[in-house]
Amino acid sequence: MGANGKLKIGMYWASSCGGCDISLLEIGPRLLDLIAIADVVFWPCAADFKYKDVAAYPDGYIDACFYNGGVRNSEQEEVARLLRRKSKTLIGYGACAVDGGIPALANLKTVEDIYDAAYHHNPSIDNPNGVEPQPTYASEYGELEIPRFYRSVLSLKDVIEVDYQIPGCPPQADRVWEAIQAVAGGGVPPRNTAVKVGCTDKTVCDECPREKKLVKIKQFRRPQEVRPEPGWCVLEQGIMCMGPATRSGCGALCLKADMRCEGCYGPPANVEDQGVSMIGALGTLLDATTEERARELVDQIVDPVGTFYRFSLSSSMLKARK
Amino acid sequence: MTSPHVKTKEGLRRISIDPVTRLEGHGKIDIFLDQDGNVADCFFQVPELRGFEKFCEGRPVEELPRITPRICGVCPEAHMMASAKACDAVYGADLPLTARMLRELQYNIFYVTDHTTHFYALGGPDFVMGPQSDPALRNLIGVIGKVGVAIGGEVIKCRTWGHEAAGIFGGKPVNPVNAIPGGMSKALKPEERDRLEEICRFMVEFGKFTLKLFHDVVLSNKEYVDLILNGPYYHETYSMGLVDEKNRVNFYDGKVRVVAPDGQELCKYAPPEYMQHIAERVEPWTYLKFPYLKKVGWKGFVGGKESGVYRATPQSRLNVADGMNSPLAQEAYEEYFETLTGDRSGKKPVHHTLAIHWARVIELMNAAERSLELVRHPEITHPENYRVVCDKIPREGVGIVEAPRGTLTHHYVTDERGIVQKANLIVGTTNNHAAICMSIKQAAQGLIRKGVDVTEGVLNMIEMAFRAYDPCFGCATHSLPGQMPLTVWVRDADGSVLTVVSR
Repeated sequence: MGANGKLKIGMYWASSCGGCDISLLEIGPRLLDLIAIADVVFWPCAADFKYKDVAAYPDGYIDACFYNGGVRNSEQEEVARLLRRKSKTLIGYGACAVDGGIPALANLKTVEDIYDAAYHHNPSIDNPNGVEPQPTYASEYGELEIPRFYRSVLSLKDVIEVDYQIPGCPPQADRVWEAIQAVAGGGVPPRNTAVKVGCTDKTVCDECPREKKLVKIKQFRRPQEVRPEPGWCVLEQGIMCMGPATRSGCGALCLKADMRCEGCYGPPANVEDQGVSMIGALGTLLDATTEERARELVDQIVDPVGTFYRFSLSSSMLKARK
Repeated sequence: MTSPHVKTKEGLRRISIDPVTRLEGHGKIDIFLDQDGNVADCFFQVPELRGFEKFCEGRPVEELPRITPRICGVCPEAHMMASAKACDAVYGADLPLTARMLRELQYNIFYVTDHTTHFYALGGPDFVMGPQSDPALRNLIGVIGKVGVAIGGEVIKCRTWGHEAAGIFGGKPVNPVNAIPGGMSKALKPEERDRLEEICRFMVEFGKFTLKLFHDVVLSNKEYVDLILNGPYYHETYSMGLVDEKNRVNFYDGKVRVVAPDGQELCKYAPPEYMQHIAERVEPWTYLKFPYLKKVGWKGFVGGKESGVYRATPQSRLNVADGMNSPLAQEAYEEYFETLTGDRSGKKPVHHTLAIHWARVIELMNAAERSLELVRHPEITHPENYRVVCDKIPREGVGIVEAPRGTLTHHYVTDERGIVQKANLIVGTTNNHAAICMSIKQAAQGLIRKGVDVTEGVLNMIEMAFRAYDPCFGCATHSLPGQMPLTVWVRDADGSVLTVVSR
């Protein structure tokens, strides 16, 4: 805590989209409450503190540091290590920091394939000499560096000790505010073992207002093919909702837009692998008494890996293609 | 982070701005000074790649309006809409009027929210607080302290209400999920519409207020006007933007129009034709590509009519258009061109980089007015026409919208089941990549010269060259010198009070 009695907080983005940073603004007028009790000492998207400023802080200077995004390159790992050293409490913020998030879908591809699509073979590319970004480039006046691109996307806890984790893509404002209050009020120990906060121990299904008619799935259907019946469980209607295999905390917001749960809060409490959890749930929900019928239904599932692990590949048993 | 052992040529000095701040995303500036202290060269590097184009392959195409918004969670609606439009094209879906209007309404409300973020939290602090003011206060919190909590509260209200609107449409306020091939996932209920109208009415008033604030803070300040007109922030480049059938600015739909530095039309293309007009170069020192105009050709990092470098910014959109589709924005458009070119018709393009901020608040006004017009349309709450069911065999499609940060193109090729085989994305800010590099170098060369003390303030003025292009979001730092009594109650799980913090 600073001489003015205020907390020092930081926010960093790694392999992420900025939505987490925006979600912090989602707390709305409570933002004024936050800045009354806390000084921001690092937040690249909103404030002019540089890496050299952070490096000059004494160790443990930052009371609470929120790190969003997964770790895709060497700079993101270096900053994670720097912020760990400078922070009393390090919080993995959002689906990407917690489980890899959507950028970790890249773990299904090789680096060579990613470079190929980005720099060599796409409809608008003009790269006759086959140039690729290089970690070090010798310009006329000196070397230029860019971070090394890793083979796969790692979650924050894969590279550094994390005290708390707030899941969600992005975390929802009320949950974020509760978590901030807990840390700011000193109501929780500063160091911990990657404990998940800002969520509950239930599943999205548990907090979904839609009615379950307890009928089995007769056919899988895609959103553009069908107008779902309002108020009725979309999974029972054959739309691949991740609700049964997703931790709650969001308030089933996507279901309120008549869309399926995408699974952004990651696996439920005490479950390591979200996909395995979903497969288990589906096992009891299919309208199939024979193996043949079960296979017919399973064949209707498009992109099971990208659907069951959309936000959690880094933490899954699949991890990455090498 | 540049490692300590990185080599600089003997006799030269390197200044790094790392990371660049108050923008969405990552970036670093390396400036090389010669022995006299003049700028020998300057590089802007983007140190990140995530590979969306590759990992979109194999995904069902209807999921891309929810996957691609994670390219940028600051402007997720832009990706959601470009992606949904590409999906419509993939399925050959012909959207009913209500579906089209709902998309445009959601998108315009998002525009107001997004431009608000940039003006008040990202770019604006440089003007409200001063380009060389204390860096610890050169942010939204400093701005609120200076303009007062009452106005700051309105800014927060505009953002909060904007996100409430996003939630009404798309469930989640950040990364909404509601655009699908063929339209929207749900109809707009009459009571939801009523609330949206209230939000839109507020946004129109907020737009008027913001235009006035821009006048009071920026245009009434001689130093700032001088900085905009005569500072090292000027490039004559091509301009790109979407226009409707009357060549007026449209954020959601239309054709892409490109005009030369002198205002002559180079081309006007429909989304599927984008490949005839845009190509992208790769440089070894950055992860981000450099698009350019194919017909003009790549001549390096230079402006002018012979160079294919173009800009796609709020200013560019005004440059390519013959006007705005709403009255107050049209009035502001005429004043803008009158002041900057002497011709209120807008035929002569503006090339002053810092004037992009002005163009942005004019767009904010336009988006608010357009939202109010759409939300009042009698068909907007039609219970059926919010979508069509897709029944054609999927193939290939291109979707284009104007993201706040530039023309956004999504191009997908699928198999007959609608599984993506190939995705190509040309993203808002990427369009401006070459121009941003040029602007940063120009600012560095203009501001750092022999004998100049390179202070933090000078380096911030180099960053201002970048901020004019890439808005994005913001908020929060340091203490709030307002008068509002604030109390935070920290409760445990049972609701009993653990700590009360007041000031």
